Amino acid sequence: MTMTVPKTSARPAKQGGDWLRDAIPKLVLSPSLFIILVFVYGFIFFTFYLSFTDSRILPSHDLVGWLNYERLFKIRGWDIAVVNLLIFGSLYIVICCVLGLLLAILLDQKIRAEGFIRTVYLYPMALSFIVTGIAWKWFLDPGIGLQAVVRSWGWESFTFTWIKDSDMAIYTIVIAAVWQTSGFVMAMFLAGLRGIDNEVMKAAQIDGASTVALYRRIIIPQLRPAFMSAFVVLAHMAIKSYDLIIALTGGGPGTATEMPATFMYSYTFTRNQMGIGAASATIMLMSIAAIMVPYIYSELREKK
Amino acid sequence: MAGSSASQQVIRTGGGARFAIYTILLIFCLYYLLPLYVMVVNSLKPLSEITSGGMMSLPKDWTTAPWASAWSTAQVGVEATGLKPYFINSILMVVPAVALSTILGALNGYVLTKWRFRGDTIIFGLLLFGCFIPFQMVLIPMARMLGLMGLAGTVPGLVFVHLVYGIGFSTLYFKNYYQQFPTELVRAAMIDGAGFFTIFRRIMLPASGPIAVVCIIWQFTNIWNDFLFGASFSDFDSQPMTVALNNLVQSSTGVKEYNVHFAGAILAALPTLLVYIVAGRYFVRGLMAGSVKG
Amino acid sequence: MRGYKLKTLAATAALLATTSLAHAEDVEVLHWWTSGGEAAALNVLKEDLSGQGIGWQDMPVAGGGGTEAMTVLRARVTSGNPPTAVQMLGFDILDWAEEGALANLNDVAAAEGWDEVVPEALQAFAKHDGNWISAPVNVHSTNWVWANKAILDELGIAQPTSWDEFVAALEAVEASGKIALAHGGQAWQDATIFDGVVLSTGGIDFYRQAFIDLDPEALVSDTMVEVFDRMATLRGHVDENFSGRDWNLASAMVINGEAAFQIMGDWAKGEFINAGQVPGEDFLCFRVPGSEGTVSFNADQFAMFGVSGDDAVAAQNAMAASIMSPEFQSAFNVVKGSAPARTDVPNDAFDACGQQAMADLAEAADSGTLIGSIAHGHATRAAVKNAIYDVVTAHFNGEFDSATAVQELVTAIEINQ
Repeated sequence: MTMTVPKTSARPAKQGGDWLRDAIPKLVLSPSLFIILVFVYGFIFFTFYLSFTDSRILPSHDLVGWLNYERLFKIRGWDIAVVNLLIFGSLYIVICCVLGLLLAILLDQKIRAEGFIRTVYLYPMALSFIVTGIAWKWFLDPGIGLQAVVRSWGWESFTFTWIKDSDMAIYTIVIAAVWQTSGFVMAMFLAGLRGIDNEVMKAAQIDGASTVALYRRIIIPQLRPAFMSAFVVLAHMAIKSYDLIIALTGGGPGTATEMPATFMYSYTFTRNQMGIGAASATIMLMSIAAIMVPYIYSELREKK
Repeated sequence: MAGSSASQQVIRTGGGARFAIYTILLIFCLYYLLPLYVMVVNSLKPLSEITSGGMMSLPKDWTTAPWASAWSTAQVGVEATGLKPYFINSILMVVPAVALSTILGALNGYVLTKWRFRGDTIIFGLLLFGCFIPFQMVLIPMARMLGLMGLAGTVPGLVFVHLVYGIGFSTLYFKNYYQQFPTELVRAAMIDGAGFFTIFRRIMLPASGPIAVVCIIWQFTNIWNDFLFGASFSDFDSQPMTVALNNLVQSSTGVKEYNVHFAGAILAALPTLLVYIVAGRYFVRGLMAGSVKG
Repeated sequence: MRGYKLKTLAATAALLATTSLAHAEDVEVLHWWTSGGEAAALNVLKEDLSGQGIGWQDMPVAGGGGTEAMTVLRARVTSGNPPTAVQMLGFDILDWAEEGALANLNDVAAAEGWDEVVPEALQAFAKHDGNWISAPVNVHSTNWVWANKAILDELGIAQPTSWDEFVAALEAVEASGKIALAHGGQAWQDATIFDGVVLSTGGIDFYRQAFIDLDPEALVSDTMVEVFDRMATLRGHVDENFSGRDWNLASAMVINGEAAFQIMGDWAKGEFINAGQVPGEDFLCFRVPGSEGTVSFNADQFAMFGVSGDDAVAAQNAMAASIMSPEFQSAFNVVKGSAPARTDVPNDAFDACGQQAMADLAEAADSGTLIGSIAHGHATRAAVKNAIYDVVTAHFNGEFDSATAVQELVTAIEINQ
């Protein structure tokens, strides 16, 4: 469905108008392109460059080769951060998708008060963790939160000290992160469900498919685009999550919940080691690219 | 058939199943509402009740003093001004940024779907990948650029920054939406001699309601809640509300007035909550109309 | 004729008005003192300046002892729009000085005689290449213990004067069912305890050799292992909920009688005073046992950034002079809980613990036992400080034993130097 405008001089009388018509779309797009090239890719390149310098408190231009990367891989906190991202990222994405799908399917069943329930599921996305951080911290704190409340209801031996436990703290972050985004994922799946063609389903039912099989074989596969979009949004949030971690655990207990985003911030701005921060950022970006570029490529290729 | 549930016509659920469905939905409602409940309930208690009592219990002594305090008298810096003055700064920043970002995204989406040219897919890919850049990375170079452009510490500067990092997502939303838009209409209009902007104004825009809502909600939320850019690129007179809220909540000494903190947090979140509640139903509709299909 | 006169009058009035407006240049101050007490203390400065016709443009950015503020500062400096004065600590000030971003305060310093009244150990952080670059506001000290007197009296425990006595006291409190050591498990709090424990275990020479000179011999020594052993001992006396707790909540535990001791800097005193407690009657303040006679300090300062324009510089100098004036030093520090940055301020407005702090400070300054705090950026640069944090807090949370901790410490310092 491309609009091609003849570029030859076959119609000299209209050449001026054709050129204009050809140029306007590109002109309209060019500010955005220019902005992205400078302020995104230019900056990425700048960070990449910085990772080879000995920048400390501010950017410097003294090159030091691979030194920052060597140091980065010796730092204990970086290994912890990477492992945490893998654990957190995979749990977060999987749980959000499963939960989102489940709620979307349920909500799709002609529910009364659907609008209200949908708003309830969706609103957490509107709040930042500076807003909800304290509430979550309270809730997860054994002294005043869930553990205290459940115990006061009579169940004396209930323990929920995950947030204070080095091994389990990362899972509390998953809980809060899922809370924030699963409603949005649900909305995406709900929209996807509502876009599915009836005819295919009716045909399958006539053929005797059970409800479960109907979902499993027909509906869920048709949600593949929604899965892809959800994956993009979730991966993006997992990698960028900084406010969430600072609000809930501050990276603790100890360094148990350090993540690449908090690591990068800490090294660049707090520890005055911008070179190492830039190196960690470069690696973060390369990992993001490794996942996103193939996805984007496959998505865009399909469209043509 | 857009608008009605595909499964509605096909799948019927019996009484037992419906009870289970409602129960599950309700349990999750509790999960999502819990933090908000804790915040609201504790924002209406006097401080003595909070320090002594349970976090889930209703107030014995209902009071709206924390709200008044958070709005106009809480300590946010050297002065005790509450959050009120900072709201204006946030609004002055958010409204232009959202408007510009949406319009630009719409134009971009329009170009990328109806006015194809060689290389436009690559351009879109570039725009899309730009969504993923962590903001901490761009802080220092952006500060330099803002300084060079003379926009440092100003509201227009903040608007510009948010515009730059919002274009990727708004273009994504509009492009996916316009993709589903029948090109015959556009073609017909072109043959009739309509130009680029005429087609946009007369054909594309009027039909863009749902996706514009999605885009506006997304942008508004992200920009309103942003702290990093808001703190780093503002002056003493253009600090947005997130910075003030952070100051209110993160004070390191003295008695922590949790009730005021919660009241302040909810006040800060009210605009975004309002946008979600009011425009929420258009949200799903907007997502439905093509953007979800990748 | 009349019209002409009116016009001239109006024009003159307008001219006068604008001239007087242009005369009062404002100072923009970046800080993180956003809570009631600190803000009130800072307000004293603001009022003082407004009395001199200088406006105060407030730029508060709260969070984590200045982490967010320092980020904002970088952005401001990089964009060519630095604030006039920035609250800052220790080596950060020197780092910025090295970038050439700070102003020269020698004129004010000479006029006000700062060199004579500010302790030398503190001057090391307020001067760069011999030039004054910042105005110190206070001197906090980190090797303090705060104790609930009622609990001690009830259990018949005397104020500990040695490490062993301290441990015995902790055990006695624990045996009685109360929490022995109130503590918040955050990296900087663990490190604040570390300050006092290092002084107590190895004395000032060891402290200096290991953490200021970063001598590997001192770092990998038996004394260092013992330091970590003592940290582990303390770890055994905190309650199970300590992780992530804010420091003022730990102070509250001591105030309320839930816990007996807290090892914390003297900003904790403000909590006790605000709760209506009286030093010596309701609570005790004493040095970490074994570290008497030494003071590990950290000083809040307002680093003055390079600004252009005579009026701006004048306003900045006025602010610096006000900060260092004895009146302000007394008024501010009485509220803040710290000691003044100049040793010639009269101590009548201070409470018993404050007076003790000032006396200890003067004595330590004279005898060379005043030393920068590791935990608060006055012993090593930020990179090394945070590397030490990592090891101390990981060890405190039980991730490795003392011997390993020592090895980790050396490696961490080496990588991050």
